[in-house]
Amino acid sequence: MSSALLIEQLLNGLQFGVMLFLMAAGLTLIFGVMGLINLAHGSFYMIGAFACAAVAAWTGSFWLGLVASLAAAAAAGAIVEILVVRRLYERDHLDQVLATFALILIFSEGTRWLFGSFPLYLDIPPVLSGAIPLPGGAQYPLYRLAIIAAGILVAIGLYLLISWTRIGMRIRAGESDREMIGALGVDIGSLYTLVFALGAALAGLAGAMVGALQSVQVGMGEPVLILAFVVIVIGGIGSIKGALVGAVLVGLVDTLGRLLLPKLFAIAMGPSEGATVGAAVASMLIYIVMALILALRPQGLFPANT
Amino acid sequence: MNRSIPVNVVLALLPVGIALGAVAFDEPFFVTLATRMAILALAATGLNLALGLGGLVSFGHAAFFGIGGYAAGILATHALYMQPILTWPVEIGGTDSMPAIWLVAVVVAGLVALGTGAISLRTSGVYFIMITLAFAQMIYYFAISWPAYGGEDGLSVPTRAVFPGVNTATPMGFFAVCYGALLVGVTIFAILRASRFGAALQAARQNETRLAAVGIAPFRIKLVAFVLSAMLTAVAGALFADLNRFASPSMMSWQMSGELIVLIILGGTGRLFGPVAGAVLFVLIEHLLGGATERWQLFLGLILLGVVLFARGGMVGLLAGKPRHG
Repeated sequence: MSSALLIEQLLNGLQFGVMLFLMAAGLTLIFGVMGLINLAHGSFYMIGAFACAAVAAWTGSFWLGLVASLAAAAAAGAIVEILVVRRLYERDHLDQVLATFALILIFSEGTRWLFGSFPLYLDIPPVLSGAIPLPGGAQYPLYRLAIIAAGILVAIGLYLLISWTRIGMRIRAGESDREMIGALGVDIGSLYTLVFALGAALAGLAGAMVGALQSVQVGMGEPVLILAFVVIVIGGIGSIKGALVGAVLVGLVDTLGRLLLPKLFAIAMGPSEGATVGAAVASMLIYIVMALILALRPQGLFPANT
Repeated sequence: MNRSIPVNVVLALLPVGIALGAVAFDEPFFVTLATRMAILALAATGLNLALGLGGLVSFGHAAFFGIGGYAAGILATHALYMQPILTWPVEIGGTDSMPAIWLVAVVVAGLVALGTGAISLRTSGVYFIMITLAFAQMIYYFAISWPAYGGEDGLSVPTRAVFPGVNTATPMGFFAVCYGALLVGVTIFAILRASRFGAALQAARQNETRLAAVGIAPFRIKLVAFVLSAMLTAVAGALFADLNRFASPSMMSWQMSGELIVLIILGGTGRLFGPVAGAVLFVLIEHLLGGATERWQLFLGLILLGVVLFARGGMVGLLAGKPRHG
């Protein structure tokens, strides 16, 4: 195996991790501030992708599509928060799971109604098409590098927002004592709507960016949602730092596992059987890693609010 | 006034009524619907043990449902082609006998639940929900990427398994077996709920610290409940594969886990016949709405949202009033 392939797969894993971070950051923020488990987060990812694909097809500009994806996902998030989710904060997790499960059904079926059952396709913008050379002679798509860069920028932006701005201060205060900041005159209701819309917008951005790599279709959000759950469980629910570390870890472990495990098992068991077993184990690898981490640290790597 | 006894009797007889009515009006399809209700009710009764009594919101019970289904599929396939499953250290062949299939399903699901439960139960609340979901996904991906038993295509069950003394090839015969299994499942649930174990389990849901203070370890109680719950659901899975003559990876999907929870909530959490009410309602909604519109899932979502937001206590709660104690 060449080093170029390894570097390429490392970058793929990093890109996957960055995308998971965008999903997980919103989920963990919503859980941390409002104590809500939101299954419908994958729907915002889907809405972002569909909005981007539809607007890009209509105007011909990927960038307008990207703006539309942020706006559509944030708007959907705000509407959902005001109409439904607001009533769930005081309920137990079971009610939250069910209500947001119902939202998935509504969003998926509604999107299928609007756009039909056929997948949409989104082209990579011309500026970012093409590839750049890697050390070792291989080429790597520029667009995937741009996703990595965008993810890193969002991570820095979130850090600055939460650590250095007044809104961030209120979000942190909301995490530690929601009644107290309410008593201090902060409008908790609109703070919650804002946090929910922010999380939804991040998911929408992730969906739009990945939409240019895969097809845009109903049900695309849920596999990513479940991986994002794994990420925040590993990282510690409520911790953005944990989400970043967990996302990169899951991205790398999954991508490299799929590359290396079939080869490793092939050495041990012979080529054909080893490749099959290796592929099966690789598809379970991140869950095995999650189980190991939880067996050692049940609250995740960076427990928040303790 | 306690209306829960007459409501329970009516609910218990509802699947039988639908099946007999179907025979009377010569609509054999409704026998299949009634069988589906009984099987889903059994699966949800299993989950109700963990979720309703123990407060363990498992979002991964589809894994056990699927394990039961694959047990039925794999054993029946090996029986048909006369291939042993294991040749070493002892030779184990396939079988098409339901009790043997159920035994395998129960043992395998129990062992998997013991392993995943021991890890998952170290956590609680939202972590538990996500971890059970993640473990179910792990088993789902394993089923998909294991080509020997169908992989993504699933595994067809060549012939429906047999039960001693009943002709399971006829719809009514198979319905009778499924309904019998449901009654046994509900009885097990009732016995467990009334037992000392059940009292400890409900105490673990209500106040774990107090339970620990009187000298009962909540972890072991919850783990046993989780394992028993998985076993019941696995039997339902084996029956489901026999009903469809097909074990599909979608039996293990996260949507299935969600549906099992939905059945319980529609019916009423922790209620003896809640899962039966939920399954009857769910299958009827699926059939009636599915017949009326392609977009039935949209309306299912709206109904579900309405139940969660406004009708807590589910259908049994609506019909029979609140439970005497939470």
